[in-house]
Amino acid sequence: MTAGGPAALAQQTPAGVQDAVRLAPLEYIGGMQPVMDNSIFAHVLLEQFEDRAAGNGQQFRYDGQGWIGTDINKVWVKSEGTVGTRGQFSDSDQELLYDRAISRYFDLQAGVRMDLDNGPTRTWAAIGVQGLSLYFFDIEATGYVSDRGRTAARLKGSYDILLTNRLILQPEAELNFYSKSDRGRSVGSGLSDIDAGLRLRYEVTRKFAPYIGVTYAGYFGQAQPIAHSNGDRVQDIRFTFGVRSWF
Amino acid sequence: MSRRRFVQGSILSGAALATLGGRAWGMAAANSAGVLSGKRFDLAIGSVPVNMTGRPAVATGVNGLTPGPVLHWRQGDTVVLNVRNTLAVPSSIHWHGIRSPANMDGVPALSFRGIMPGETFTYWIPLHQSGTYWYHSHSAFQEQTGLYGAIVVEPAAGYAQHFDRDHVVLLSDWSDSSPEEIVSNLKMQNDYYNFHERDAGTFLADAHRRGLGATIGDRLMWGGMRMSAADIADVTGATYTYLFNGAPPGANWTGLFRPGERVRLRFINGSSMSFFDVRIPGLTMTVVAADGNDVEPVPIDEFRIGVAETYDVIVEPTAEAYTIFAQSEDRTGFARGTLATRAGLVAPIPPMDPRPIRTMTDMGMGTMNMGGSMAGMDMSGGKPAPANSGTTGMADKRRMGGAMKASPEGQKLHVGVGVDNVAMDPINRLGEPGDGLSGNGRRVLTYNDLRATIAGADPRPPSREITLHLTGNMQRYMWGFDGKKFSQAEPIRLARGERVRFTLINDTMMEHPIHLHGLWSELENGQGDYRPYKHTVIVQPGGKLSYLVTADAPGMWAYHCHLLYHMELGMFRTVVVA
Ligand SMILES: [Cu+2]
Repeated sequence: MTAGGPAALAQQTPAGVQDAVRLAPLEYIGGMQPVMDNSIFAHVLLEQFEDRAAGNGQQFRYDGQGWIGTDINKVWVKSEGTVGTRGQFSDSDQELLYDRAISRYFDLQAGVRMDLDNGPTRTWAAIGVQGLSLYFFDIEATGYVSDRGRTAARLKGSYDILLTNRLILQPEAELNFYSKSDRGRSVGSGLSDIDAGLRLRYEVTRKFAPYIGVTYAGYFGQAQPIAHSNGDRVQDIRFTFGVRSWF
Repeated sequence: MSRRRFVQGSILSGAALATLGGRAWGMAAANSAGVLSGKRFDLAIGSVPVNMTGRPAVATGVNGLTPGPVLHWRQGDTVVLNVRNTLAVPSSIHWHGIRSPANMDGVPALSFRGIMPGETFTYWIPLHQSGTYWYHSHSAFQEQTGLYGAIVVEPAAGYAQHFDRDHVVLLSDWSDSSPEEIVSNLKMQNDYYNFHERDAGTFLADAHRRGLGATIGDRLMWGGMRMSAADIADVTGATYTYLFNGAPPGANWTGLFRPGERVRLRFINGSSMSFFDVRIPGLTMTVVAADGNDVEPVPIDEFRIGVAETYDVIVEPTAEAYTIFAQSEDRTGFARGTLATRAGLVAPIPPMDPRPIRTMTDMGMGTMNMGGSMAGMDMSGGKPAPANSGTTGMADKRRMGGAMKASPEGQKLHVGVGVDNVAMDPINRLGEPGDGLSGNGRRVLTYNDLRATIAGADPRPPSREITLHLTGNMQRYMWGFDGKKFSQAEPIRLARGERVRFTLINDTMMEHPIHLHGLWSELENGQGDYRPYKHTVIVQPGGKLSYLVTADAPGMWAYHCHLLYHMELGMFRTVVVA
C-alpha cells in the first residue's frame, strides 16, 4: 500500500519548496483557536458519606475529594473525618495538592496536609501518586513530613466489582504509617491504623449511589494502648449506610 | 419518564408540534417548507424549541428548524448565502464536503472570524461538484444541539443512475443534557454513558461457555491493559435519542413512493458521536455514491455510516411499507423511518443486533485474533466473546509491547499521559465492514467495495508521505494525533499543488472518522486509479490506511476527527496549503 516508503518519497519534493512552506507564518484569525482543547473542568466526589452503626452508638464519617484544572495541571483537595458518638470530631485531615499528570494512568501530587479536628493540629508537607493501577485498582500512596520533623505514609486502595452495571461491590482500605507515636492524635509508630470497608452501592444515576456495607477500623502496634487509654475501641466493626455522590 | 419513552422519543408532543406549521422540530425533509432551492439563501441561526424525549428543550437550528432546511443547489451555480446569527453567542456554518474558497469554509479562526451575535455573514460558493453533502456549525458544541442540515447538489450533466424519487435521510443524535455536561461527565468518568461494561453476569456466562480459566485469563488481560473490551461508544443511548430527519423513532418519519419506482435515498450521518449501521429489511440497497462522489453501483444489504459520511443508495420497493433501520454501532438505540406507499403505514422494526466487543485486533495487535474479531459478539445476557485460543500468548505480546514496536513511526511514539496504547501491528482493515458487522449473514459494504466511476484527476505519484497516529487516553478522555493535542502541535504544511500521501494509524480502540476540509482524500483501497474520493474516512481501531491528497486549494484548512468531543479535546490539526 505504501510502496516506496516515506524516505524515498520525500526526496522528490524540492527542499526549497518544502522550506518555504515550513517557514510561512501561521496566524489564526482574530487570535482565536479553532478548538478549545485546554478547557478547565472541576468535579467533587464524595466517596463516603455515611452513618456507621454499632451497639456502642453511631458514628458519622465522610471522605471526599475534589479537583479543578486541565488535563495536565490540577488543584486537588481531599478531606476526611469522623464524628463520634460523643460528638467529638476525630481522625480528620484536609489536603491541598498540586496535581500533575505524569504517566498514562498516574498523577503526581504535592502540597500540604493539615490534621484539623478536636485533637491537636498537625501540619505536614505531602507528596504522592494517585491513579489507576493494573487490573483497575484505584490507588493513592502519599508520604508526609511534619513541621515537627516526623514522617508518615498513607496507602489507599479500592476496587469496583460490577455485580451488574449499576450494583457495585467495593472493597476499600486505608492504611496509615507513622515514624513516631503521637499520643494526642491516637497515633503509634509503624502501621498505626487501618480503616477498611466493603460497600454495596446501587448507582441510581452515576452521580447518586446509596450504599450499605460493613466497615472495620483498627489500631495496631503502639497505637493500640494509646487508643485504649483514650477510650477508643481498638478493633471496631460496624454496619454502615450512606451515599456516594459526585457532581 | 420511562426508558421506552426516552429511547423512542416523544410521539404525542412531536406530532402536536409538527402540526404547528412543522416548525418546532425537524420534519424538515418531509415537507416542502424544509427544502430551499435556488442561488440565493437567507438563513437565520437561532434557538428552536423542541421536544425529542417528552421533555421540552431548546435546540439550535436554522430558520426555526432542526435539522435546518435541505439546501438544494445546482452544480455550476455560484450560491450566495446570507447567514444571520440571532444567538447570543458566536456561530458559524461549515459546508461539509463542499470545496469552497478557503475564506468561505466557515471554520472560526481558520477561515473567518465566525458570525458574531446579530451579525450577518455572506458566503459565496462556486459549485464545481455535485452530490450529497451537509452543513453544520463549527463553533463550540452547537452541532450537538441541532445546528446542521442537508445539502443536495444536482449534477449539471444529469445523474448517472436513473431514479424516480429522492429522499434525504439525515441521521443524528440528540441529548437533553448539554454538550458541556456530557464532556465534563466523560472527563470525570470515561465510561459514564456505558451501561454495558462486562460484569459478574457476563463473567459467569463466559465461564460457562469458555471455561473458568480462559475467562479469568481474558479478564486479567484486559485488566492488565486497563482497557474495556466493552468500549464501543463514548456517548450512548443512555443519554441519546437517535433521530431520523430530526424525528425520534416513535415519531416514525415516513417517505413516500409508488410501487415500481426507483428511490434514491441520500444518507447523511449528521451525528456528533454516533456511527450507524443501516439496513432496510426486505430491500437490497445499491450504493451509487459515497461522500458525494459517484461509485460503481454496489448491491448490499447493510452499510456502516461514520459520523459526517454520506452514502447515496437506490432501492426499488414493491411492498407497501419498509422500515429504514439505523442502529447505533453500540446497539443502545436506533433511528428509524418508514418508506411507504401512503402515510400511516408501518413495517416491523427488527431487533437490534448483538453488541460488538473489542478484540486484540482493535488494540492494534494485527490479525492474531481474527477469529475472535469475526465471531466476537457480546449479546447482552449470554455472550459469545472473542475466541480464546492464544489469549496467553497475546498477553505476553502485550507485556513486551512497551518496548517493541513494529512500525518505524510507532518507534517514535511512546505511551504516556496522552497515549494509552501504541498499535504494535496495525493492519489494513479496509476489507472489513467494522466491529459488529462481520458474519451476520448480510452483505455489508466495505471500503474496498468503493470504486470511483472515473479515474482520479491527478495521475502523479505522491512526492512525500505524512504518517499520523490517531492517539488518545481513554481513562483521561484525551485525544490527539501523534500523542499531541491541537494546542501542542505544529500545523501540517503542504506546498500548493503538492501531491501527498497521508497514512493514518489508529492506536486507539475506537473508530475515528477523519475529515480533511477543502481537499479530497482519495482512499487507496486497491481500486487502482479508480480510488473513491472522500471527505471523511473512518479509520478502524488497530487499522492502518492511506489516501492521496492533491493540495490544489490554498488556505488554512481544518483536519480533524469528526467525533465532536474528540475534535474539541484536541484531535485536530490545521493544514496550511501555501
Ligand atoms: Cu475520534
